[in-house]
Amino acid sequence: MNFAVVVFPGSNCDHDAYHAVKHVFGQSAEFVWHKETSLGDADVVILPGGFSHGDYLRTGAIARFSPIMASVRAFAEAGKPVIGICNGFQILMECGLLPGAMLRNRDVQFHCEHVGVRIEQADTPFTGKASVGQMLRIPIAHGEGNYFAPPEVIAELEAHRRVIFRYASADGEVTDAANPNGSVHNIAGICNEGRNVVGLMPHPERAVELVTGSADGRVVFESVIQHGV
Amino acid sequence: MVFDSATLQRHGVTPDEYARIVELVGREPNLLELGLFSVMWSEHCSYKSSRVHLKTLPTEGARVVQGPGENAGAVDIGDGLAAVFKIESHNHPSFIEPYQGAATGVGGIIRDIFTMGARPIALLDSLRFGPVEDPANRRVVRGVVAGIGGYGNSMGIPTIGGEVMFDETYSGNPLVNVFCLGIARHDALVKGQASGVGNPVYYVGAKTGRDGIHGATMASAEFDETSADKRPAVQVGDPFMEKLLLEACLEVMQTDACVGVQDMGAAGLTCATSETGSRGEVGVEIDVMHVPQREAGMTPYEIMLSESQERMLLIVHKGREAEVERIFEKWDLHAVRIGEVTADKMLRIRDHGTLVAEVPNRALTDEGPVYRRPFAPPADMAARQRMPSVDATQLPVTLDALLRLLASPGIASKRWIYRQFDHMVRTNTIVLTGLGAGVVRVKGTNRALAMSLDGNGRFCQLDPRQGARLAVAESARNVACAGAEPIGATNCLNFGNPERPEIMWQFAEAVAGIGEACVALGTPITGGNVSLYNETAGAPILPTPVIGVVGVLEDASHVRSRVFQDAGLDIVLLGENHGELGGSAYLTTFLGTISGVPPALNLAAEGALQRFLVAEAGLGAITSAHDCSDGGFVVALAECCFDSGGIGADVDVPAASGDGEVGMAAATLFGESATRVILGVKPEASTALLERARSAGVAAQRVGATGGTQIRVAIDGVVAIECPVSEAEDRWTNGFSQWLESPPQRRG
Amino acid sequence: MRARVFVTLKPSVFDPQGRTIVEALHSLGHTEVGDVRQGKYFELDLNVESAAAAEALATEVSQQVLANPVIESFRLEVDSESKAGRS
Repeated sequence: MNFAVVVFPGSNCDHDAYHAVKHVFGQSAEFVWHKETSLGDADVVILPGGFSHGDYLRTGAIARFSPIMASVRAFAEAGKPVIGICNGFQILMECGLLPGAMLRNRDVQFHCEHVGVRIEQADTPFTGKASVGQMLRIPIAHGEGNYFAPPEVIAELEAHRRVIFRYASADGEVTDAANPNGSVHNIAGICNEGRNVVGLMPHPERAVELVTGSADGRVVFESVIQHGV
Repeated sequence: MVFDSATLQRHGVTPDEYARIVELVGREPNLLELGLFSVMWSEHCSYKSSRVHLKTLPTEGARVVQGPGENAGAVDIGDGLAAVFKIESHNHPSFIEPYQGAATGVGGIIRDIFTMGARPIALLDSLRFGPVEDPANRRVVRGVVAGIGGYGNSMGIPTIGGEVMFDETYSGNPLVNVFCLGIARHDALVKGQASGVGNPVYYVGAKTGRDGIHGATMASAEFDETSADKRPAVQVGDPFMEKLLLEACLEVMQTDACVGVQDMGAAGLTCATSETGSRGEVGVEIDVMHVPQREAGMTPYEIMLSESQERMLLIVHKGREAEVERIFEKWDLHAVRIGEVTADKMLRIRDHGTLVAEVPNRALTDEGPVYRRPFAPPADMAARQRMPSVDATQLPVTLDALLRLLASPGIASKRWIYRQFDHMVRTNTIVLTGLGAGVVRVKGTNRALAMSLDGNGRFCQLDPRQGARLAVAESARNVACAGAEPIGATNCLNFGNPERPEIMWQFAEAVAGIGEACVALGTPITGGNVSLYNETAGAPILPTPVIGVVGVLEDASHVRSRVFQDAGLDIVLLGENHGELGGSAYLTTFLGTISGVPPALNLAAEGALQRFLVAEAGLGAITSAHDCSDGGFVVALAECCFDSGGIGADVDVPAASGDGEVGMAAATLFGESATRVILGVKPEASTALLERARSAGVAAQRVGATGGTQIRVAIDGVVAIECPVSEAEDRWTNGFSQWLESPPQRRG
Repeated sequence: MRARVFVTLKPSVFDPQGRTIVEALHSLGHTEVGDVRQGKYFELDLNVESAAAAEALATEVSQQVLANPVIESFRLEVDSESKAGRS
């Protein structure tokens, strides 16, 4: 499969996503500079983490105006798989492909650590190989991952099973102690109505080789590779 | 003389130095020229007090690719690759404005590394603060930690470790020493030198503002009450700009269109132009009207002395300008041609064509004053080294004593700090932060690099030479514990006012100690940094040389952390316990004193121990390794149990062979004898391991086994301390954040 | 023309920074400070002729870029004074 890793000025997890896809899973991968207008023959689009444009206005706020984003939108609207990780998730919300917004973490500190993440739904391209309720131990690394949306939006997300990842304790309980940033309903990741666009704050691409502390993120990539076969 | 003494004083130029300037320039300098000399001859840029001592450090070795003198040092790590690394201080700015001071410190050292053509892959920090009971210190801790994270996280360079210590002397003088390591191919290393007459000189990056003017001279003066007025001299960091510069510069360097590259750090454009010219034995001529300016009406003086961040100087091959400009444009950066290389070895500055300064490059960079400042040991040295007379009740060996030590700020887990640093980005971190030395794999090879920063101001206060030797040994030992062979070192030397003989003596002794240890352990110094005048109202910091050692691990899969991997392992102690409490964390915690003689160090034994740890890396017997330092054997043993999922340890150690009866148990448990490592060893392999240790000349004994849920330590068969791992781990995990969040105490 | 734009979190949205600041103020003894809400402030220099045009332009860029309508609201002031007074 062909993965497009979109690079914005300030992206810094672009190499990690590329390494995971290309060297760990043996797929073809291309960096696509944000000033490009074509995604080429990509089958999957990854919006990687980082601090696009410094995140100086709001996280992801400027990146949504990049030339490549028109193609990303068309790609998403055609039902093809798009995943936004961390800053990529923030960009997807800013450009309206996913609902909600991020606030500063409730303790106002940047958090980099492994956290428990529960798979809530297995009917997206990125969770097809997982089982509902499966627990992942994968890293987060963000200062603004405190997911917020108005109550009616949250209700709709829950009603339509669009919460895909939730912060949970090691034994799968959704508790306040397991919530690293204050996100509403412990939400760590969601999908769009078509279920092909997924955004999440945790970093599955950092957890694909045991040597780095966890390989629990593999299921996200294995799912989308299987989805495309 | 055309300047009055107040003007000279404001520039930090002595009358003798002024006379020398007149001699070198061949006439009276104008104000701009005086400004150029003022910054280039400052302590910070010229090393005028420290140079004679630094020259004695060992800088050569088979693996050294680049020694001191360039933007960073480099050592060979195999496969044609070099590790490029250096440490730098940003102490004074971090006191004035903790967030921005620390952030720009991170930005500065990162520029030093990518200026060499290396991609930065790891950061470490060595930090010193005053006790956080004082809200002023608390503000500094929070600001510095947030600033390091704010900059490093945005850059996508993992901050993978470091060390933090607290002492009252750092209250007005926090230390922020930042280490960065990058990787480059040997043949792609870029030097900071100009060459090729007629080659254009380019400026790229942030615009020049009035910020940081005379930052270099500020860093060379003691603080006084007027320091607050110098606030405008603080620079504000822009990590986004630096990220663009990093990517664009590395892309430009791949084209070989560049002759040389230099970042603009301390002394800004002045330093970058004169140093590149001087190193290349050429001249550089620029016109300041081409320099992008953030504010209107800036004078040539302000432009030349500004220390605005995130700026680079490039010397480009004539004819390849368009290629370079195109790459920078891709990253939305505008490289501006500000001058060219000339033949006559002069730094020539014009303003709209009019000549405004003209001085020989070397006069600024190489012909500055060199001081052999007088030095003498402090008068109270003998008193410092005397152990306080105490009775046994003042030296507790109870469970409570262990818990207090584990929760003490210097020893407790620093998770509150490193959790705010992205320590995993780039997916190379293979020993997670807090679990041992910082270790990153080198993608595309089987290798990994281990690195550690260490320094102990307590030991140096009691004996600076010995303290420095111990710091080198500890840093290299930490690297060897991970399984890596120590191959190079860098140092950051933080001291008080060198014009006082006892401070200069501390400095000279420490440098001598570093040299001795680096020679013995095979870790040449490839560069570093000196920070003097760290004192407030005449009270200096503890002498604090910080050592960074880099090691290479041939097979990344052999890496070891400090953590016991399983129950049922043999616990083996390498090294000998001499029961040395002098300068220990234990004495500071329970007696509130820094006194005694620091532990002895046998460099031959240390070398043998480290070589043994490295040689064992591929053999598989050792599953974890942790060195005994602050808090001694019991604290180290407890740390081996932490993060293991609650694996306990049951050990029985012989009483230390130290002096006297009083405190013998305390010295056995909490003494800080050097050259000791606790190993977790597969039981079926431990007999052979002990045999190999014996033939390697390394003292080794099996002292117990892992398992259960208790940490139990006996001395000669009598249980001294017994404690559930969970209780100890809880105190250790939360001690630091509880201290930081405890109610502040204002001091009167 | 100059416009000043004040962007603040909507009243229903939790403000972690504001809360942290208010806690710090309380710990310093300023217990009479009831609540703090942090926001952003922008100064726009606009090359347009009339106050009405400035207001329209400032409104447009605020809606499009400066504020995120999911969590933020904005208020703006248009000022016909020249660019003088900047220090």
